[in-house]
Amino acid sequence: MSPLTAYLVQFVLALLLAPLLPGIINRVKAKFAGRHGKPLLQLYFDIFKLLRKGEVVSRSASFVLSLGPAVSLATALCALALLPLGGVTSPLAFQGDFLLAAYLLGLGRFAVILAALDTGSSFEGMGASREATFSALAEPVLFSCLLALACVGGALDLETHLSLSGMLGGRPGTEWLLGRSELLFVPVVLFVLLLVENCRIPVDDPNTHLELTMIHEVMILDHSGPNLAYILYGSALKLWFFAALPAGILVPDFPAWWAQALCWLATILLMAVLVGVVESVMARLRMYSVPRLLGGAGVLAALALILTQIR
Amino acid sequence: MVFDYEQSVALADVPVLPVEDLRRDVLEQIRGGGRLLALFGLPGDGGTGLCAIVAHSGERFLRAMRTAPLTRYVSLTPDCPQAHLFERELWEQWDIRPEGHPWLKPVRFVPHGCLTATPGERPGPAQLTHYRVDGEEVHEVAVGPVHAGVIEPGHFRFQCYGENVMHLEISLGFQHRDVERRLLSGPHPVHARLMECVAGDTSIGHATAHATLLERLAGVTVPERANRLRRLGLELERLANHTGDLGAIAGDTGFLPTSAWNGRIRGDFLNLTAEVCGNRFGRNWVCPGGVSVDVDAELCARLFDRLRHCWRDVREAVKVMFASASVMDRLEETGEISAETARTLGLVGVAARACGLARDARFDAPLSCLPLCETQIRVEKGGDVLSRARVRSRELADSVDLACTDIQALSHSEGAICQPLPDRLPAGRLAVAQVEGWRGEICHVGITDAQGRLACYKIYDPSFHNWAGLEAALRGQQISDFPLCNKSFNLSYCGHDL
Repeated sequence: MSPLTAYLVQFVLALLLAPLLPGIINRVKAKFAGRHGKPLLQLYFDIFKLLRKGEVVSRSASFVLSLGPAVSLATALCALALLPLGGVTSPLAFQGDFLLAAYLLGLGRFAVILAALDTGSSFEGMGASREATFSALAEPVLFSCLLALACVGGALDLETHLSLSGMLGGRPGTEWLLGRSELLFVPVVLFVLLLVENCRIPVDDPNTHLELTMIHEVMILDHSGPNLAYILYGSALKLWFFAALPAGILVPDFPAWWAQALCWLATILLMAVLVGVVESVMARLRMYSVPRLLGGAGVLAALALILTQIR
Repeated sequence: MVFDYEQSVALADVPVLPVEDLRRDVLEQIRGGGRLLALFGLPGDGGTGLCAIVAHSGERFLRAMRTAPLTRYVSLTPDCPQAHLFERELWEQWDIRPEGHPWLKPVRFVPHGCLTATPGERPGPAQLTHYRVDGEEVHEVAVGPVHAGVIEPGHFRFQCYGENVMHLEISLGFQHRDVERRLLSGPHPVHARLMECVAGDTSIGHATAHATLLERLAGVTVPERANRLRRLGLELERLANHTGDLGAIAGDTGFLPTSAWNGRIRGDFLNLTAEVCGNRFGRNWVCPGGVSVDVDAELCARLFDRLRHCWRDVREAVKVMFASASVMDRLEETGEISAETARTLGLVGVAARACGLARDARFDAPLSCLPLCETQIRVEKGGDVLSRARVRSRELADSVDLACTDIQALSHSEGAICQPLPDRLPAGRLAVAQVEGWRGEICHVGITDAQGRLACYKIYDPSFHNWAGLEAALRGQQISDFPLCNKSFNLSYCGHDL
């Protein structure tokens, strides 16, 4: 099978399986709480239900409101397409595409924030301000992680070594197995970023109904119908993106693409289980402690970067 | 006029003071560590006068005083902030203007809430002005009265600077049902059922307070077995609600295990109540003169067994919560109130005990001479959400103790459960009933007229005093901490709105 077909198969798989991740998280949480929980496929049902529904738009909102969902979904899709899914180099890969991926996600967030501000609600304004603050703090952490990865044996493939495909395409996996254990800091940091960027506990509580404490949920209060479906699907894709990053570091190069793909898939699903466990055993941080969590993650990423340099 | 809290007094014996003397007396009592139990309009010939009742903790004696009819007087609030809501209510109900009140507006915003013959117009909830902080970077957040969850209506106005709350004002009154007026010219058998609806989660508490008040007015002593059964009901109510509250606090911090378990265990406690009286919220448990339901030895054995079982569950669930570092970090120093503020505002119940004030009507004004076993007033120092959670968790143990003692005593004895009240209450008397509901001290005051009918009936749910405490707790806190602070108080909207 050609790399392109292998990549396309996995891309389609990612598109299809992304809404499963929130289902897994919810199921793990339900087990911890001693409940049966919602169906695994609940998000699929929700998305299909919402797509068939009409929409209610606030009188004070403009076209910017409907721009948010579309842009956030489109950017999440494009960012995902830059990842080397299953270790197979993305057909779109180029030098420095990690910047594009990071800022595509940033653009999506920007659109959602604008849409939230567009409604003129004080709740959504607060949510937007919190989201902007925390994502601004998360950005340098993400870049230090990627920088640490870029510093690992970059000379092998000059054409793509500064792209996501070069950084995550199985090389770090092989490297840490050969003893570069400092690389193992990076997936830990990326896991923290996953929690922050996808609004999970301990940063945000996706299940709360209390507007005053929400971050992400409160920004999308005014969306309904298909637009809400786009947002939900976009968030699922984003979750897949962030769960795939640790997979790119942990899974080594396999001779057979499908074996590597399976390992990626397993790692991604494991990340969802891990998120569920974290959400079940700890409380939310108070709002002003979140920067400390991100600071800690940043220090760990910097440490990984320094250690890769002294080798 | 000083009287024993268990006795009623003839209204004629309560001296009619000039309003300046009443004002001076009340302020003196408050300065001496007293607490304003009630301040209300007393309708009489030629208009409405003031009537004040002051209690001192640790003393059996209450002080009552009243004035001749008046239409205005110098407000107590600037010197005694705990009078603020009483005075606003006086103004709303009787058009008596407390001059110099710093924030005079209606309490319940009932357009025709005046009880006088010529009701003055009052603004409804929508036409109200709120305290406002001005400034370029100051923003205002309005929450409610329609909320995202299925809860009662209340309006919260935050003045924020970024995430920090500078001021919170709470506007209630949306649940007003005119309960107090319905009780006038009673007592009527249906009133016992009505009192169970004053605050649905405190059915037994308010029903007990009402029954106790009528018994004190009538001078009837309740059989011991009825007192045991009442206390069992009150403690089961406390168990269910404290369990639910601890679960809700865990839920608001996002801590899943305790939130999920306590939700279930609360139901178990409610089911115990249903075993006895057929209703999960204790309707039809208490009646004036005693209780309406009895328990036999077999039911006692079952209750005892299940109570031990529930207690084991809830103890472990709460232990998990307090053992989690992330929960402790979240609760500590959130929504702090100093003991001084709590005393000034006249807080009661769990909120007051969490600030270090030893206020518990079970000890200050016991309903009967039943022994209190090992229990004591559970006081914490912090005044934060953690302290309020700690007070609840320690009171759970006490309540189980008391409930178990009562169940065992009930299973080994028999006796009358109700001493019927006379058809007509004695004329012209005043009585006060204080009952420690799970939220705090419930206070009912009743006065009979010359025909022995109720001429005046006042209900003070602990929420009446404590909503101001929630406002104070939010000062200088993060707006995202509001839901957690709110849960740690868990006040009643309808108990306040009546």
